[in-house]
Amino acid sequence: MRDLKAVGKKFVHVMYPKKSSALLRDWDLWGPLVLCVSLALMLQGGSADSKDDGGPQFAEVFVIIWFGAVVITLNSKLLGGTISFFQSLCVLGYCVLPLTVAMLVCRLVLLAGSGTVSFIIRLIVVVAMFGWSTLASTAFLADSQPPNRKALVVYPIFLFYFVISWMILTFTPQ
Amino acid sequence: MAAPPALPHEASREGGVSPSLPTSHPGAPLLASSSSQRGAGRATCPRRGRRRAAAGAAPPPTGAASRTTCRWGRAGPGVAAARRDRAERALTLSVAVQGGGSAVIDMENMDDTSGSSFEDMGEMHQRMKEEEEEEEEVEGEAGAAEEEDGEFLGMKGLRGQLGRQVADQMWQVGKRQASRAFSLYANIDILRPYFDVEPIQVRARLLESMIPVKMINFPQKIAGELYGPLMLVFTLVAILLHGMKTSDTIIREGTLMGTAIGTCFGYWLGVSSFIYFLAYLCNAQITMVQMLSLLGYGLFGHCITLFVTYNIHFHSLFYIFWLGVGGLSTLRMVAVLVSRTVGHTQRLILCGTLAALHMLFLLYLHFAYHKVVEGILDTLEGPNMPPFQRVARDIPVVSSAVLNTTAKAIALTL
Repeated sequence: MRDLKAVGKKFVHVMYPKKSSALLRDWDLWGPLVLCVSLALMLQGGSADSKDDGGPQFAEVFVIIWFGAVVITLNSKLLGGTISFFQSLCVLGYCVLPLTVAMLVCRLVLLAGSGTVSFIIRLIVVVAMFGWSTLASTAFLADSQPPNRKALVVYPIFLFYFVISWMILTFTPQ
Repeated sequence: MAAPPALPHEASREGGVSPSLPTSHPGAPLLASSSSQRGAGRATCPRRGRRRAAAGAAPPPTGAASRTTCRWGRAGPGVAAARRDRAERALTLSVAVQGGGSAVIDMENMDDTSGSSFEDMGEMHQRMKEEEEEEEEVEGEAGAAEEEDGEFLGMKGLRGQLGRQVADQMWQVGKRQASRAFSLYANIDILRPYFDVEPIQVRARLLESMIPVKMINFPQKIAGELYGPLMLVFTLVAILLHGMKTSDTIIREGTLMGTAIGTCFGYWLGVSSFIYFLAYLCNAQITMVQMLSLLGYGLFGHCITLFVTYNIHFHSLFYIFWLGVGGLSTLRMVAVLVSRTVGHTQRLILCGTLAALHMLFLLYLHFAYHKVVEGILDTLEGPNMPPFQRVARDIPVVSSAVLNTTAKAIALTL
């Protein structure tokens, strides 16, 4: 119960990113795991023109998220960051929450139809959530960098969430 | 007993705390011979002292640091035989510790584990375990000495205890050595100097990578930096992914992401190594990191070209970009390499290979994932529908249709 409450508190912190250190101080990887698994499950069953390609597979999404998070963490450490490895993984994982919400919304919108209007709605939602994710993780991670190198750290985060948003946007159900 | 004179090196090390030793003690000759061992084994004490000093704490006078080699100093007046045996055991101990620990001592202080709780926890844990082990050793020794004194167990008990202790000690030393070697080689701080850049420098280098240098008689400077190239490769991966998705590429054995990453990283690392090898053959003055950096920044042109032409599908536009943007970045790389090579044949070989590979890679990236989009374009343009029709995803229909009509409109008005 205590762990669940901690995870829930961190979710709230991500949705309203303030400069609090609760996310950083006691890191845990439960939240990122749950988010990653649910996102990968929702991205299953994407359609393609032939039977062989089924959209991003579960393993692909999993590997992208964790491998990408590890690369960003190593990059920020090499640039002189003072944040630890698992703290950074924790923050990046928790900031996938807005994109998971976007995926949910996209799936619901796709239930209604897949025309141009639905595409525009999905585009707006995904772009908004992508911006939110990037801003949230930047608010937590950029403080641990020397001040003139913030742009160097933000760019890989931007790329990482861009790739995830792209996978969400190009998802079409069977 | 008169107060004995304090041994000078012990006093200097421990900051004034001098264990008292009666000089008329029968164990004194042993101490004299072992003081050289202690001097040699001192390597372990100052290491700890240095570490503790670095951590800001004063070395405790009766702490673990003095325990390894200064053991016999602490014991009060006791039985002569027990003292002698204890001294002998301490001798073997200090030799074992010194032998095991000296190889990596100097390197250890280069470890920069500041600010990372994971590594700090590991270090603290290890240090605490070491201190625990040393306490156990002292107690074990005292216990063994008492057993000897008590004469209850006889020779077998004594040998068993000693054997176990020695085996234990060897295992601890081996474990310590292995963990130190691991923390030395698995340290990412080896790469730290290559990431020491400012955003302004990165931007300047990106722009410079499109400008061919004029001076080829003077070796041009290449910055050995890995941040820019790495980010460019990842950007290329993202663009490639976008291109593959919009062209409905079907990957049979593997995944889209895996193919994109494999292609881009394979090109960057593989071609860099190959050109480095050729440069070695042609006596060009370039290091591996510089080659990686040069080729990485050369991918900037590729990124721009592909970003534009994956969205606007005109063959002529692609060829213009291929020659213009691709050609400029290739020219820059070639010029830098030429400035660092002597001899016409060598220059020709090296630069011809690099130019060919670079331009062909751009051509490959464009055409490998482009065929299907052409089909869609034809169906949008021509009145007759080809029999084989792919159902496009809604993104290419909307976005590329808009962009294509816009481009056509602009071309018509010009």
